[in-house]
Amino acid sequence: MTELAGTGRLIRLALRRDRVLLPLWILFPCVVPLAFISAFTSGFPTAAARQEYAETSLHNVAFTVAYGPLNGSSLGQLVTWRAGFIPVMIALFSLLTVIRHTRTEEEAGRRELIGATAVSRHAGLTAALILTCGASLVLGLVSALLLVNAGLGAAGSLAYGAGLATTGCVFAATGAVVAQLTTGAGSARGIGIAVIGTAFLLRGIGVVSEKSGGGLGWLSWLSPLGWAHQFRPFSGERWWVLALAGCGVAALTALAVALSARRDLGNGLFQARPGPAGGAPGLRSPLALAWRLHRGSLASRIAGFAVVGFGLGGIAKSIGELMDNSSPAAREVLARLGGQGTVVDQYLQGMMTMFGVAAAAYAIQAALQLRAEENGGRAEPLLATPVDRLRWAGGHFVFALLGPAAGLAVFGTAIGLAHGLNTGDVGRELPRALGAALVQVPAVWVFAGLALALFGLLPRLAAGAFAVLLVSLLFGWVGGELKLSQWVIDLSVFAHVPLLPGGELTVLPLIVLTAMAAALTLAGLLGLRRRDLPVG
Amino acid sequence: MTVTSYTHGQDGAISVAGLVKAFGSTRALDGLDLVVRTGEVHGFLGPNGAGKSTTLRILLGLMRADAGTARLLGGDPWSDATALHRRLAYVPGDVTLWPNLTGGEVIDLLGRLRGGLDQRRRADLLDRFDLDPRKKGRAYSKGNRQKVALVAALASDVELLILDEPTSGLDPLMEEVFRQAVRDEQRRGDRTVLLSSHILAEVEALCDRLTIIRDGRTVETGTLADLRHLTRTTIRAELAHSPNGLADLPGVHNLRTGDGSVRFDVDGAALDAALRHLTQAGVRSLVSQPPTLEELFLRHYERDETDRQVAR
Repeated sequence: MTELAGTGRLIRLALRRDRVLLPLWILFPCVVPLAFISAFTSGFPTAAARQEYAETSLHNVAFTVAYGPLNGSSLGQLVTWRAGFIPVMIALFSLLTVIRHTRTEEEAGRRELIGATAVSRHAGLTAALILTCGASLVLGLVSALLLVNAGLGAAGSLAYGAGLATTGCVFAATGAVVAQLTTGAGSARGIGIAVIGTAFLLRGIGVVSEKSGGGLGWLSWLSPLGWAHQFRPFSGERWWVLALAGCGVAALTALAVALSARRDLGNGLFQARPGPAGGAPGLRSPLALAWRLHRGSLASRIAGFAVVGFGLGGIAKSIGELMDNSSPAAREVLARLGGQGTVVDQYLQGMMTMFGVAAAAYAIQAALQLRAEENGGRAEPLLATPVDRLRWAGGHFVFALLGPAAGLAVFGTAIGLAHGLNTGDVGRELPRALGAALVQVPAVWVFAGLALALFGLLPRLAAGAFAVLLVSLLFGWVGGELKLSQWVIDLSVFAHVPLLPGGELTVLPLIVLTAMAAALTLAGLLGLRRRDLPVG
Repeated sequence: MTVTSYTHGQDGAISVAGLVKAFGSTRALDGLDLVVRTGEVHGFLGPNGAGKSTTLRILLGLMRADAGTARLLGGDPWSDATALHRRLAYVPGDVTLWPNLTGGEVIDLLGRLRGGLDQRRRADLLDRFDLDPRKKGRAYSKGNRQKVALVAALASDVELLILDEPTSGLDPLMEEVFRQAVRDEQRRGDRTVLLSSHILAEVEALCDRLTIIRDGRTVETGTLADLRHLTRTTIRAELAHSPNGLADLPGVHNLRTGDGSVRFDVDGAALDAALRHLTQAGVRSLVSQPPTLEELFLRHYERDETDRQVAR
């Protein structure tokens, strides 16, 4: 077994390093469906009430895109459908975990340290895959057991758990492949997230097309994110999807190992080329340096927002067809909701909030580049030149403010353009969608400000900004169903953003959010001016 | 032996007194003193974790001291940081570069931020250090990353160079290039260099004066000759007669007499008296061995070790 020598020890090392993150991560997706079970049993106690909820939800395409197809109105179907965003989060976590334990280690030079000991060439990759796939299997099993324990059918629960576990494994293997491509972990993450975005889009288009009788239903089979739903928990389980997912994992793992075997330590499939021997004339300020460091991720985000926006905008009109095909009862429901226009707007509102959250995650990441610069020792030589701390921080923070704003503007334009081209009224749809995207900006800035405030005042907890975003997302996501008190829902920053297009544009919350963002930014800058750097 | 007669005149490039800095419960600096005169190359020595880098970070205004005073080029390192940084260049102990910028880009960026770079000197240094400026940051080895930072610092027109173990990753050939570059600076007369180092030969070859610190405190400071004076010299001599009263002389240690020869260690202060005794006995040959910097160093390092053992 020299092929895998040392793998066991590396798994133990990885478990030691992730001893806090991993249990939390396994626990979180397991508990969310339980919250939905209690929400549905108390909020919609009768079969009739659930039937009505299902009918209403079926016509909200935002829900269908975000959570996948809803196959019926039984408790099991409703709960597993409503938890349909969990596979996306599992995909993201699996991918990032594998990259973190492989390419990040290699880039930091720690793989060299490990590689010089008695471990085999593929031990690191194998250990990362076993760790992540193992965690996914545990996650799927625990989720299934908890559902059975809550009184749902065993077969459906197992199918649901199998969907989660296979999603985790497939994207772990995807992470293993992309980690071989680039020399930097950052670009590997970018490629991996683009893969997840594509899978999300394919699933969305496929599912919506299937519902509206279009011919693109097969697209969701191309998306590994779609496979979780193809298990059809509580709707006549399809166990053979397990074989499909297994083949996917095996193929991707083989590809990753083959790529890994062909390259040298520190290299990727894409080789780094020599660059200029001197700095361009413009490279003379902290802002110019920040532009060099942020432009890659900015360009990929904007491209991603444009592509996904165009795709999501393209399916908005199919809601009209959905209504024509639907039963008189469904038409009644739609009329009660406010008619066809309102339903499209509702879908667009949902997408705007979702990508507002995505833009907020980007804002936090861009702001935390400051922390990465500090931790990596790259801030020190810069701050030993006549560059003021605030100018240095400002150079990066500009990208945390303007980058997500530009992304949202592109997203709104793309979604409005695609939808407008479909309806033949670009002049109406484009400004509406653009405006709806731009009202997210103040909420996004609150998170940029929060990240900067933590960086200035509590630098060791700076990554906690992501946790606040997650909690905010959670309250907005499950708050309605759980019938949480309004003040708890109000803690979610995005709950205060006007629901556009279609809703009322209220300016006051936008002003308050912008003021909050400004206050947080100011606090962060004041803290940064006073503290040690690097923090002791 | 601690020398405490510090001058706090305006002519000093750096003057630090009673500096204290704590990180949580550990006291990284515990009353550190350091005086660097304008135009000198000053060696800054101490075991790992003695507080060298922390001192440098305070001098650069990156960290704030809890107590004590620090003056740099006549200004306050914390509040005048930006203005002072125009006049100095710094090479960190652990040079990390931006992975997607080339070495040449980093050199130009840092140089321009300091207010300009001598292009002729930049080209000359790249040549002497044999550095390829077209490589990306992530592709350089430790030594080459250090060279990038050194070229950026040495090609800048500044009054003060602060170098934190700048040669720890360089090969002997490059180490010699570095020494030559520092001697060039020295020859100009107006440039001050604060050189933190572990390489004693380098300190011995380059530094006019040096400061040794331990556990965040200054334990020795002065010229190499001063420091040698404070320690024992080993004397071996062949004598015509056997010496009288040498053993009773204060400051003479480990006296061994043999067949017409003596060998002993003597404190710097007692050297004169000891030699008088020897000449009275008729010196046939004499070998005097000054303490090496290693011995000076080890004395402090070993004491450090025994202190630690006592503490346990």
